[in-house]
Amino acid sequence: MKNDTPKPMDLEAAQANLAGKRGADYWRSLDELSGTEDFRNWLDDEFPNRASLLSLDRRDFIKVMGASLALAGLTGCRFMPQEKIVAYVKAPEEIVPGKPVGYATAYSQAGIGMGVVVTSNMGRPTKVEGNEKHPSSLGATDIFAQASLLTLYDPDRQRTLTHNGELTTWDAFLAWLRPLISRPETIARVRFLSEASSSPTLAAQIERLKKALHGPKWYVHEPAGRDAVYAGTQTAFGAPLNPVYHFDKASVVLSLDSDFLTAMVGSVRYARDFASGRQVRKGADKMNRLYAVECCPNNTGATADHRISAAPSELEAFAVEIARALGVDVGAAPLRLDNPALAKFAQVVAKDLKEAGAAAVVVSGEQTPPAIQALGHAMNSVLGSVGTCVGYTQQVEIQGESLDMLLQEIDEDKVEVLFILNTNPAYSAPVDLNFASRVKKVANLVYLGLYPDETAALCQWHIPATHYLESWSDTRGHDGTHCIVQPLIEPLYSGKSVHDLLSAIVDEPVDGYELVHGQLLGANPTEAREKDWQTWLHDGIIPNSAFAESPVTLNVAAVSGAASALVPAAAGFEIALRPDPTIFDGRFANNGWLQELPKPLTKLVWDNAILISPKMAREMKLSRNDMVKLSVGSQSVKAPVWVLPGHPTNSVTLHLGYGRRKGGVNLASAGTDAYALQQSATPWNLLGAKLEKLSGTYDLVTAQDHHAIDVGEIGNQQNRPLIQGNTFEEFVKDNALPHNMYGPSEVHHGASEGEGHTGPPSLYDAKEHANDGNAWGMSIDLTLCTGCNACVTACQAENNIPVVGREQVRKGREMHWIRIDRYYRGNPEEEVEALHQPILCMHCENAPCEPVCPVGATVHSHEGLNQMVYNRCVGTRYCSNNCPYKVRRFNFLNYANHHEVPVLKLLNNPNVTVRGRGVMEKCTYCVQRINAARIEAKKADTTIKDGGVITACQQVCPPKAIVFGNIHDTGSKVRELKDQPHDYSLLEEVNTRPRTTYLKKVVNQHPDLQHGAHS
Amino acid sequence: MSKPPQDRFIGGKQSYESIDRKIGRVVLDQKSHPPIWLITFAMAFLLVQVLGGAVLWLLYKGVGIWGINQPAGWGFDIINFVWWIGIGHAGTLISAVLLLMRQQWRNSINRFAEAMTIFAVMCAGMYPLLHTGRPWVAYWLMPIGPNTLGMWPQFRSPLVWDVFAVSTYMTVSALFWFVGLIPDFATLRDRAKNKIVQVVFGMLAMGWRGSVRHWLRYETAYLILAGLSTPLVLSVHSIVSFDFAVSIVPGWHTTIFPPYFVAGAIYAGFAMVLTLAIPMRAWYKLKDFITDKHIDWMAKVMLATGLIVFYGYILEVFFGWYSGNTYEIAMIKNRMTGPYAPFYWSLITCNGIVPQLLWIPKVRRCYPAIFVISQFVTIGMWLERFIIIPVSLHRDFLPSSWGMYIPSFWDIAMFVGTIGFFIMMMFLFVRFLPMINIFEMKELWQRQQQAEHADHADVGAGPVPAHDAAGAGHDKENAQ
Repeated sequence: MKNDTPKPMDLEAAQANLAGKRGADYWRSLDELSGTEDFRNWLDDEFPNRASLLSLDRRDFIKVMGASLALAGLTGCRFMPQEKIVAYVKAPEEIVPGKPVGYATAYSQAGIGMGVVVTSNMGRPTKVEGNEKHPSSLGATDIFAQASLLTLYDPDRQRTLTHNGELTTWDAFLAWLRPLISRPETIARVRFLSEASSSPTLAAQIERLKKALHGPKWYVHEPAGRDAVYAGTQTAFGAPLNPVYHFDKASVVLSLDSDFLTAMVGSVRYARDFASGRQVRKGADKMNRLYAVECCPNNTGATADHRISAAPSELEAFAVEIARALGVDVGAAPLRLDNPALAKFAQVVAKDLKEAGAAAVVVSGEQTPPAIQALGHAMNSVLGSVGTCVGYTQQVEIQGESLDMLLQEIDEDKVEVLFILNTNPAYSAPVDLNFASRVKKVANLVYLGLYPDETAALCQWHIPATHYLESWSDTRGHDGTHCIVQPLIEPLYSGKSVHDLLSAIVDEPVDGYELVHGQLLGANPTEAREKDWQTWLHDGIIPNSAFAESPVTLNVAAVSGAASALVPAAAGFEIALRPDPTIFDGRFANNGWLQELPKPLTKLVWDNAILISPKMAREMKLSRNDMVKLSVGSQSVKAPVWVLPGHPTNSVTLHLGYGRRKGGVNLASAGTDAYALQQSATPWNLLGAKLEKLSGTYDLVTAQDHHAIDVGEIGNQQNRPLIQGNTFEEFVKDNALPHNMYGPSEVHHGASEGEGHTGPPSLYDAKEHANDGNAWGMSIDLTLCTGCNACVTACQAENNIPVVGREQVRKGREMHWIRIDRYYRGNPEEEVEALHQPILCMHCENAPCEPVCPVGATVHSHEGLNQMVYNRCVGTRYCSNNCPYKVRRFNFLNYANHHEVPVLKLLNNPNVTVRGRGVMEKCTYCVQRINAARIEAKKADTTIKDGGVITACQQVCPPKAIVFGNIHDTGSKVRELKDQPHDYSLLEEVNTRPRTTYLKKVVNQHPDLQHGAHS
Repeated sequence: MSKPPQDRFIGGKQSYESIDRKIGRVVLDQKSHPPIWLITFAMAFLLVQVLGGAVLWLLYKGVGIWGINQPAGWGFDIINFVWWIGIGHAGTLISAVLLLMRQQWRNSINRFAEAMTIFAVMCAGMYPLLHTGRPWVAYWLMPIGPNTLGMWPQFRSPLVWDVFAVSTYMTVSALFWFVGLIPDFATLRDRAKNKIVQVVFGMLAMGWRGSVRHWLRYETAYLILAGLSTPLVLSVHSIVSFDFAVSIVPGWHTTIFPPYFVAGAIYAGFAMVLTLAIPMRAWYKLKDFITDKHIDWMAKVMLATGLIVFYGYILEVFFGWYSGNTYEIAMIKNRMTGPYAPFYWSLITCNGIVPQLLWIPKVRRCYPAIFVISQFVTIGMWLERFIIIPVSLHRDFLPSSWGMYIPSFWDIAMFVGTIGFFIMMMFLFVRFLPMINIFEMKELWQRQQQAEHADHADVGAGPVPAHDAAGAGHDKENAQ
């Protein structure tokens, strides 16, 4: 301890300096203050003048207090909005403490919105659900909308406005901005680089901005945007049109490397529409058929009746071949299909498409080259399905110029101020654009973004952006449907929306609400219009606002020109770059739910890898985890390989989004930055790549196949009748599926065919108790399941399931209550079929977990739920060992520890217990939802109606493959499904009598491509 | 009925006094301990610190520090629990079953076999307690009852049966051991020169004076305890095997488990007795009491139980195949050819093949060989539990959930720690308590004397109570 008392500080002077100053001014004054040596000494000492602190007299004490207040100004960066806690004097009508309220809003990604209803628990958004009224959702959502909630509460978000890395304020920013953009010579040199957006409010703001600032240019950078889609329609129809598909009207679908069921604009809706043609039920005689040609195996291929792999260049040849066969003028296209398997496939597909005519549709992936997309549109025109299965609307996203153009302007020194809005080009720009070094030429860079990421590091100013649940806006759906983005919570971290920023630039003193309100209603709206506004807000959708489908005429010459311009690929491997199935273009790299979500088919978590085919692996002597160097031109990346059955042989796939360098704790898991290979001209496919084996391996982590190395065929069912199914032909013939094409069907029940699936013999007379109240059960239709993972994320959000991290998953300790099991069928060196099976707690009537628990912590309810009593659990893990489905999850460590990141506490569903360390947990059939429905039913003195309880996984499921309900209720949907002839129990021979049963996977194969032929 | 070859169970020329002296010396003359005692004890003590560290870290962090996962919810914790419990079994078998069968050759080995039982059960007992996710509420497994806890444990669970089995086993074994020690405590009290030692042993002797009434009561109590212990030999490990047999996991759901586990336990226990007896009798010059014949017979017991165990392995494979059940066949195949196949084949080698050497009389007389074979058996029995527990769990019904079990540093630390604890306790026992039953040895010697006389005159085989002689002898010595 210092004994020498420092020079008494001139506190009076300091206070005088500070007197009368507020807010941002504290900064400069304190800077000046702390510039003096005395003050710095005083600051450095946590308890100044400790020796004399006790001997202070009252006056000095007050002086010190005064200085402390000055210091409080120094640390005045607020974390949360300050609020007074006062009970409602006049409570809002709809708010009942403890009762969640849903608000309609919209989630948008890459510019396209999806209507959602967000549950708010006393002001905390806790769950995202789809909006049934919104055409892009129909009540379902995808993984991104579900996980967007975690981004809201992400503790790594940028919390305060910074200037050159130092904390500052919005007012200070405005004070800097105003004089700058009022200078005439600067006004012409202001540019905006934004993410894709479809907000009409923003579009109007841009117009006003252009007027106010005499036309600053608007550029768009969206790494996984739809540039190729618009280029495709531009070629085909001479205008950038937005294709909108109607799969419910299609009987034959050909997918050209698209993942329209799980990862495409509109896929949530498309999955529902597509499923409507696949309702295999007793008496059904029709089923649609899907052919998929894939450059990288995806969920659509796994759902398809026939799938085949093709390298990107082979896909071009395939598209040309089909187009030619259908009668599209492809000119003198030089491409020919050399691959006999593909040629046969093309022949059958062309025949089938032709037969279906207007009920056939070709859908090309968003990442396929524009020429293929144009051919696809041409095929639809020729087939006559334009207007039935596919329509074209005007462009949904706001148009902007490309990043390439912006960088040219920067090179020409035409840019003085650049606003980068919610896009991260420093990370996600194609490598040939060299964004990071070229942008440095711009004197003033302002970044509006959620995270302190790579772009933030380049910019002087970083304004924290608001999350969509924090600010007003609007957006358009995949078909142009206009809906309002309504905030549910005040900005957690003093964020500003893009609307706020643009308003500030043009000096409009209006907030987001007024902007959106004004945009939709105009100035001084009538009372009736105000009422409309209320309705729109309530419904989350503005009726009849979808874009009209415009009639199109095929530009035959342009299509044949584009087809003829396709030339055979040069030697070398091809690379397919694709947005990551879970973290998309990298924006979700800090989102633990998405990072830990097993990627479809590979089941990889927390990493990306170079995906190669088993044949290529054998030829190049590579096995999973081997490090390789993938190079194309002068660019190269090092990454581990992953052997993926069903992958085309002459190409490799690498997903974007990994290898992030800045922007949160979860990025530490590394991965490989695929943007380091991306070229702006051909962003999705690269030719002439080289693959070189390096020494060393990398430990990729999967949530399945922790083993696999010694198992001959990766991920097959080991001859177990787990996924059962057969062809639609067989179904129609027998109205049941006695045979199982996926493996031996061990259990036969002569009596069970047809009515009333009985299972193994039992002394218990089920009929006697058929009316004893509710008996909860679930049916999962394997024909409909696309493996999209939405149920997994929804369950995670609903049930407060913690993220455990890469290391824990590596040890085999992931916590998901529902998982998608993936198996393969076929020779891995040839074409394989991937099969999905969602697995959750089966709620066995004869549950093996129950009798082995020594403390009775897992018990059976009279409604048939297998209940887990967390408080009673001592954690012997015996129940999990004895569970044949391995659906139980154990808190090996204190996974749900939010003490270190208190903001995550806000995320939790208050109706679900947060489990501590050492207890077992598992799917509860969303018992909190059952109980909520029961309370409502009791209040109304009635029973729970069918559909009164919707589990989280059921609610989110785009194709409605999951149905839950009361199996005692003969009129219930679930009962109807369980009475189907192709209902089966998983591991029936173990006699667990599961309440969750499956409908066998039925595929509608073309006779000429029957599987027996090649397997 | 042929006479038991008692003469061969005590070697050399002995008297009551020499037996007292030779066995009591180890306790009373602390200078008689070879330096190896201190070295081994120090090493064991160090390992106990490792155990302490492992347990503290476990309590602080949770069972996630171990290698267990989904699907292998049990790993080293239950392997070691079963292993240690098994080791304990030989002690009870020797002291109770062989007592009831009047196998007097057991007299020289029962004491430290019983001590071994107690320490092994202590090591075993740590695991079920600490392996729970929330050890601070592990007492909920106890039938404390609805008046206190609001509900009973769930009596259908084999883990509750385990609590009864193991706690009963521990209680009866400790009582049996202590009751057996009372006359020897008295002997030591009487022989001790040091005041403190006299007081301590005096208290432990509980007023034993060696009167006929004392002996009468003692013999009755001892017999009752032996009677209580005998079913435990069969029941404890049967119940432990129910932990597995009751479940539906392929590889666990096996009716052969109870006898197979009991045989395995005795097998492992005898291996451990041999492991301890061979060096002890050399270090403490007790070859007169733990004779070559003892070692030979123990080796034979080991061989017999080993054959039962090996038969169990063969039957498991047979039933797996004979069941025609996909999952059973896959389980057997996985054991033999899966990622843990080396462990399976090591198990077969250690438990099935190496012990066949014991058929050869020469091997049974070669102590280094027996010692090494005992090590094989001890390791083999550990591997057996490894094969049964994580190897069955890691690949069960759904291939999607298959995983691998890899023990962590803390698994190994705790295991090594319990070994250290066991050794430390054994060494403390050897130093501070009579490791061989003094009075039973005297009784045996007395019978031997009688039998020698009986060669000349056909004297009835009824034993002459020699106990009071033992007590009186000491009094005389003390008086001198």
